[in-house]
Amino acid sequence: MTTTLTKPPADAVPEPPKRSRGMKAARAGGQLHAGPVAYVILALFTVISLFPLVWTAIAASRDNQRLAQTPPPFWFGSGLFDKLEVAWTDANLGEAFLNTTLVAGISSFTIVFLSTIAGFAFAKLRFKGRGAAMLVVIGTMMVPPQLSIIPLYMMVAKLDWTDQLQAVIFPSLVSAFGVFFMRQYLIQALPDEIIEAARVDGASSWRVVWHVVFPTARPAMAVLGMLMFVQTWNDFLWPFLVLTQTGNPTVQVAVAGLGRGYTPDQSLIMAGALLGTLPLLIVFAIFGKQIVGGIMQGAVKG
Amino acid sequence: MASRHDTAAPPVKEGGAAPGRPPADADTERAMKKRARLSRRWQRDMRWSPYAFVSPFFLLFLAFGLFPLLYTGWASLHQVELTAPTDMSWVGLRNYTRIFDDDFFWNAAKNTLTIGIISTVPQLLMAMGLAHILNYKLRGSTFYRVVMLAPYATSIAAASLVFVLLFGRDYGMINWALNAVGIDHVDWQNDKWPSQIAVSSIIVWRWTGYNALIYLAAMQAIPQDLYESAALDGASRWRQFLHVTLPSLRPTILFTVVVSTIGASQVFGEPLLFDANKGASGGSQHQFQTLGLYLYEQGWINQHLGRASAIAWTMFLILIVIGVVNYVISRRLRASS
Repeated sequence: MTTTLTKPPADAVPEPPKRSRGMKAARAGGQLHAGPVAYVILALFTVISLFPLVWTAIAASRDNQRLAQTPPPFWFGSGLFDKLEVAWTDANLGEAFLNTTLVAGISSFTIVFLSTIAGFAFAKLRFKGRGAAMLVVIGTMMVPPQLSIIPLYMMVAKLDWTDQLQAVIFPSLVSAFGVFFMRQYLIQALPDEIIEAARVDGASSWRVVWHVVFPTARPAMAVLGMLMFVQTWNDFLWPFLVLTQTGNPTVQVAVAGLGRGYTPDQSLIMAGALLGTLPLLIVFAIFGKQIVGGIMQGAVKG
Repeated sequence: MASRHDTAAPPVKEGGAAPGRPPADADTERAMKKRARLSRRWQRDMRWSPYAFVSPFFLLFLAFGLFPLLYTGWASLHQVELTAPTDMSWVGLRNYTRIFDDDFFWNAAKNTLTIGIISTVPQLLMAMGLAHILNYKLRGSTFYRVVMLAPYATSIAAASLVFVLLFGRDYGMINWALNAVGIDHVDWQNDKWPSQIAVSSIIVWRWTGYNALIYLAAMQAIPQDLYESAALDGASRWRQFLHVTLPSLRPTILFTVVVSTIGASQVFGEPLLFDANKGASGGSQHQFQTLGLYLYEQGWINQHLGRASAIAWTMFLILIVIGVVNYVISRRLRASS
């Protein structure tokens, strides 16, 4: 990785201009229409992206015996809905869905709220220590959560929070990425004049937040909310440590529990995996465009 | 503005309001006092509300981020059992000498490195190529972008469980396909390199599309006239990619490398769930046990939280070294460009 990075940028050696046809093609830069090769590659990536998901459903619709044969099944059998039902009850998925929705909902809502007001302060308000505090925020984005799990686990044990949802909710209430994301958005989306105007009208800082910042930030808040929802929904390590499959699982804990349990029924495991994935896939199918936009928006500024 | 009738009047307004008013009666005095009070409140508001806005983040971060991180270092100097996590007895650096003497630690460190490379390098290279293609004018470009994100929407748990089946030795789809082109059965569970490739492929599958979108966003931010002048100089599309696209993407590439490196140092769920024996050893010979998994095994299977803390703190130090190296490289790059 590093070798490609350290390579000094070679100067673009100007070549003698070629024939005009080559010029035309080259001049178009990134705006050129895609050729057939591009579509073939895209089709390939589409298949690779979707195949494991489709095959999860195929495997869930077949019985175990069929999965232990070559060639593996390529098309759906008839058992899908029966298997989904069994997986639903076996893996405690009803409760898991409720739990995960609660956890992901509370934490993404809180993250969006706290990130917006903090991002606003960093973007538009002047205060002592702002630069240093922002550096801390960026620094915390680099610290992986795995390094903190042991003391957190001790806390949870001390508070007797094992198998309780607050053990998962509390550590997930902040996101340095969220603060950064909202700051970057508000810097360019919220003109200083509007804040000034509100101030002249006698608005306190809270009123500015309520009546100016929130309405302006709404699109970015929605995107951040979706990203955080996906992240909390799929979070695995920490819920896996403090929640058990039989106690009060999130979806990921329940699905993993199905896989790590002693059921030899592969198609049942696939049914559970499918159920655990389906809600987010539906969300992506509906809001895909917005989510893509949000990720790309965050990327340019990140 | 809905706050028109609000009481808090900013100082800007003072003196400017109602110039034609009759002077000096009790009413004005009261009004002036009120104004002074409001002005004080205004100043307090201007001064302190920024801190009020950022403090919830920092308080929560202190409680659930910084404090645990530092406390991990403290716990790593103690013997702590999982069964009684609040009883700590001082052992100095013994946890560190224990893990450094453990072959499985070094094995896990090596596996983390190799799985990190096998997963990150192809992932970012493919993402770059994919972004380049997505940057063309395309029919149905939104469709492709959303489809590329479907793996990102899939959880580690679900993805890993499916890949276990796809990589099955006897009845797996992948071996069946390899067989069809004349390659013998590969033991994706028990052989070292195949198992690491299989685990890495889960990571590559989940993250390639996401990174492609990040590269694509950066590519679209490159000003068109850079390409135009390159084209005027007669640069072919490939040379344009090398000399315009790649240099412009440098900060983004660095960003994705940093993020992927951090991610790669943390790999846990994939090898845990890929293991057909359902243990935490990363295969029967620890052939795909990562540091994250080793930490879990020491802390939660062997119940030595102190030792697990020492592993976590070692990982932290490694990350700091990587961070410093990255910083130096990016500074050099900035200086050279």
